[in-house]
Amino acid sequence: MMAYIARRILYAIPILIGVNILTFLLFFVVNSPDDMARMNLGLKRVTPEAVENWKRERGYHLPLLYNSSAKGLARVTDTIFFQKSVKLFQFDFGSSDSGRDIGYDISQRMWPSLAIALPVLLVGLLINISYALLIAFFRATYIDFWSVVLCVVMMSISGLFYIIGGQYLVSKLLHLVPISGYDTGIDAIKFLILPVIIGVIGGVGSGTRWYRTLFLEEINKDYVRTARAKGLSEKRVLFRHVLKNAMIPILTGVVVVLPLLFMGSLITESFFGIPGLGSYTIDAIDSQDFAIVRSMVFLGSVLYILGLLLTDISYTLVDPRVRLS
Amino acid sequence: MAKYQTGLMKTICWAGWLLILSLVSGCSGTSWNNPYPAAESTANILYSSFSERPKHLDPARAYSSNEYEFIAQIYEPLLQYHFLKRPYELVPLAAERLPVVRYYDAAGAHLPDQALSSKIAFSEYEITIRRGMLYQPHPALATDSSGAYSYHHLDSRQIARSNTLADFPLTGTREVTAEDFIYQIKRLASPSLNSPIAGIIGEYIVGFSDYRKELSELQQRQQGDADGSDTYFDLRSYEIPGVELLDRYSFRIRLRGKYPQFIYWLAMPFFSPMPWEAEAFYSQPGLKKRNITLNWYPLGSGPYMLEENNPNLRMVLAVNPNFHGENYPLEGAPGDRESALLERAGQPLPFIERAIFSLEKESIPYWSKFLQGYYDTSGISSDSFDQAVRFSTQGEVGLTDPMIEKGIHLNTAVTASVFYMGFNLLDPVVGGDSEPARLLRQAISIAMDFEEYISIFNNGRGVAAQGPIPPGIFGNRAGTDEINRYVYELHGGKVRRKGIAQAQALMRQAGYPGGRDPVTGKSLILYYDTTSAGPDGKARLNWMRKQFAKLGVELVIRASDYNRFQEKMREGTGQIFMWGWNADYPDPENFLFLLYGPNGKVEHGGENAANYSNPEFDKLFVQMKNMENSPQRQMIVNQMVEILRHDAPWVWGFFPKAFSLSHAWYGNVKPNLMANNTLKYKWIDPELRARQRALWNPPIVWPLLLLLAVLLISLVPAVRLYRRRERSSAR
Repeated sequence: MMAYIARRILYAIPILIGVNILTFLLFFVVNSPDDMARMNLGLKRVTPEAVENWKRERGYHLPLLYNSSAKGLARVTDTIFFQKSVKLFQFDFGSSDSGRDIGYDISQRMWPSLAIALPVLLVGLLINISYALLIAFFRATYIDFWSVVLCVVMMSISGLFYIIGGQYLVSKLLHLVPISGYDTGIDAIKFLILPVIIGVIGGVGSGTRWYRTLFLEEINKDYVRTARAKGLSEKRVLFRHVLKNAMIPILTGVVVVLPLLFMGSLITESFFGIPGLGSYTIDAIDSQDFAIVRSMVFLGSVLYILGLLLTDISYTLVDPRVRLS
Repeated sequence: MAKYQTGLMKTICWAGWLLILSLVSGCSGTSWNNPYPAAESTANILYSSFSERPKHLDPARAYSSNEYEFIAQIYEPLLQYHFLKRPYELVPLAAERLPVVRYYDAAGAHLPDQALSSKIAFSEYEITIRRGMLYQPHPALATDSSGAYSYHHLDSRQIARSNTLADFPLTGTREVTAEDFIYQIKRLASPSLNSPIAGIIGEYIVGFSDYRKELSELQQRQQGDADGSDTYFDLRSYEIPGVELLDRYSFRIRLRGKYPQFIYWLAMPFFSPMPWEAEAFYSQPGLKKRNITLNWYPLGSGPYMLEENNPNLRMVLAVNPNFHGENYPLEGAPGDRESALLERAGQPLPFIERAIFSLEKESIPYWSKFLQGYYDTSGISSDSFDQAVRFSTQGEVGLTDPMIEKGIHLNTAVTASVFYMGFNLLDPVVGGDSEPARLLRQAISIAMDFEEYISIFNNGRGVAAQGPIPPGIFGNRAGTDEINRYVYELHGGKVRRKGIAQAQALMRQAGYPGGRDPVTGKSLILYYDTTSAGPDGKARLNWMRKQFAKLGVELVIRASDYNRFQEKMREGTGQIFMWGWNADYPDPENFLFLLYGPNGKVEHGGENAANYSNPEFDKLFVQMKNMENSPQRQMIVNQMVEILRHDAPWVWGFFPKAFSLSHAWYGNVKPNLMANNTLKYKWIDPELRARQRALWNPPIVWPLLLLLAVLLISLVPAVRLYRRRERSSAR
């Protein structure tokens, strides 16, 4: 297994380089270093000299990918791409274009993101699995039919609608929780209730349908028929056998998203004023802060690769038939 | 069945507990949706918001309104605008009195105040500052018993365990001296700080530009980084010839020529005192890596200091315990006494103890929180405009009934800014000095119905412009005799936009009869460069097309992002565009310079985006800009405005009106569009606020209980089905 993990890590390097090149190209197709300088220096009284100074101080005065005026290896190394990318692979995110330390900001902002994402995941899992089991239990009845209809309707509604509707109903009309904001420590709970509820409700439609499919697939297998033939009650069949076997795709599906929980949600954090990594990324895109955008995309890629690796490993843990080689 | 009933009973019990809990909480008087700690409910705290984290809190770098919202309360420049008087009047702040200005000729001989501008080679501003002003408590000023600075030689261990300024427990202070103002002027020249006013100030302060070059060379030799904060560069060792220390409390600034607008710059945070200790402290290696920089943690002498700096969540200002003291103005403008703005005349400032600014990016939660009483003041977005404001049949602005019932006040003021549609004068079709091009621009000026634009897209929040100078600024003339006669006419004593027939006649004269291009025989095609390409902008762009279609002209929209738009403006490849300008100071020069030839964007990289150049206008501009406000100056401004109206380099657009709302417990609200340091004048009645919040936000729990009941009832058929299935025999 260790050899497999080492090989996967090595595979990750070209993927990360590719992601980095793509991010770089996409960003600089839209924004030139001059644009970034002007955005940072403000809209009034920006002189060409100030733009040049800004670029020089942050290393954006170099050519993007190839330095034709340099010699030898410097043609590649004396470029914005090389200078900005090398440190990323050492997980040194450096300073943002506005001068703040990115690593510190990430370490501060990942916790609010996690504070929403983790409860949404856990509560969502609990509700979705329970509801899917219920539907599977009542399969081919009117409960199954109307539940599927409800799930399809819930899936069809935009996430933004849940957020705005939830804020309007729960906070504005019923005055039950603050409409937005955040605080540290125990005081954060009152701000997290609504985004977590909305996150869970927003995911019920798709989650339940997915788990229902998994359960129904299992229910039609031979071992379930055998279990029923033994005289086990439907409840025991579902909870003892079906659920246990369906846990393999559920578990792997959960493990793959675990590392990404730190990355936060772009829209939810923005609407609820949660200072997480989702809003950090959005702010960076708005302010054309390439240093942050680059770091967040890189971090997201690393976490995604990590999630896939963990998924593979988790397969071996829950299914003895699977061997990593 | 008994088991099922027991489960149901349990659920009902839980619901009962929830109800009791809610009733208890409701009775406790604490609103559940209060985003602030209950202990703060009756505290003398202002609650406000910010939508974008400020980029700079360094007074040498900050230049935008969201930055000034904070630093103007912390730093004290030499002068300030009188809070109440209109037209805007400068009064001393850190200065003991208004600066004494002396003029000299090239030979150094003293000239009288009335000397001709052309004779004046140098102006000298002699400034005396207040005595006894102290800086806020700050670690950079902390000293030990021997007088040595406690934190100027931090070791790596101390730095490693510091994440905020609060991690340095010792603080100190010292008196503000004239040398600190000089130090700050030197900082404006520092190339590593990229101060936005370095260019303009460099044109006037003697030796400033050379000093900047010298610093640039020296700093390049010395290793530095973006903020220059990893290596301390002691500016005290290098002098600007034009800035001279006279004694501990006075200094002199020497300018080239006459520049009366300089006094307005002295009222901006750029000219605040900065102790050298601040830079010495923050430039220690490693602090920048911890985000502890002067750009994030200000050190000022003003009424407030930054108590909490978390731009991802909130910024908190607290009263500076070392504030030297200032009293509320004794007099104001006519009507201020009747508006209760002088009730606290002469009382010591500031009135509010703390101000909490929460990050609020979206308008919906922001507006809801204001209505719930959790923000003390609010702007009005287009989405909520109809909910808050209504126009009477006479066109008067007022609040809607729900707002009046809540005791909310509406404050309006025409801003010192202009929003215009510009023509690129370098363009072969709409540009140039030819008569056909001028007539074409005049025709478009008539067709562009900005009154309608204001009504549709700005909810009536604006005043159609007759020229580039907004109301309230010297040079603006009001009244029916002062209209732009190329676009408007008097009809029955009322000003109205000329009819489209007159615009069409101008098109014929310009060589475009019916809007047809004589070369192609088809509709003349013009290009409008814009950044508003989203769904919101679609209606606006359709409206624009319709205005041009009135003349038979086809308007092609060239939408791009703001970067590309700016690039087009810099390169002069745009044709027609819309842009705006916010005044730096209340002087006509700050608007007319937007059309001054040597400020052309393409050729000189200036702010004249239309690239307008008219030798006569330029000559008058040079004459006008160095004059004090006087009837003679007004005459020149009138001539300049007349030239502009005739040449029509802009469709004059409109002057936006600022609408803001404030709750009944928020006092001394008077829009002051030039001053940024107005927090110190405001007061809060926290008791009233607490009462109103409790009244407006009672938790309503019954819908939750109803929902729970519905869920439980919906479970009943499922349970029955389950039981039936369990009892049935195998199939």
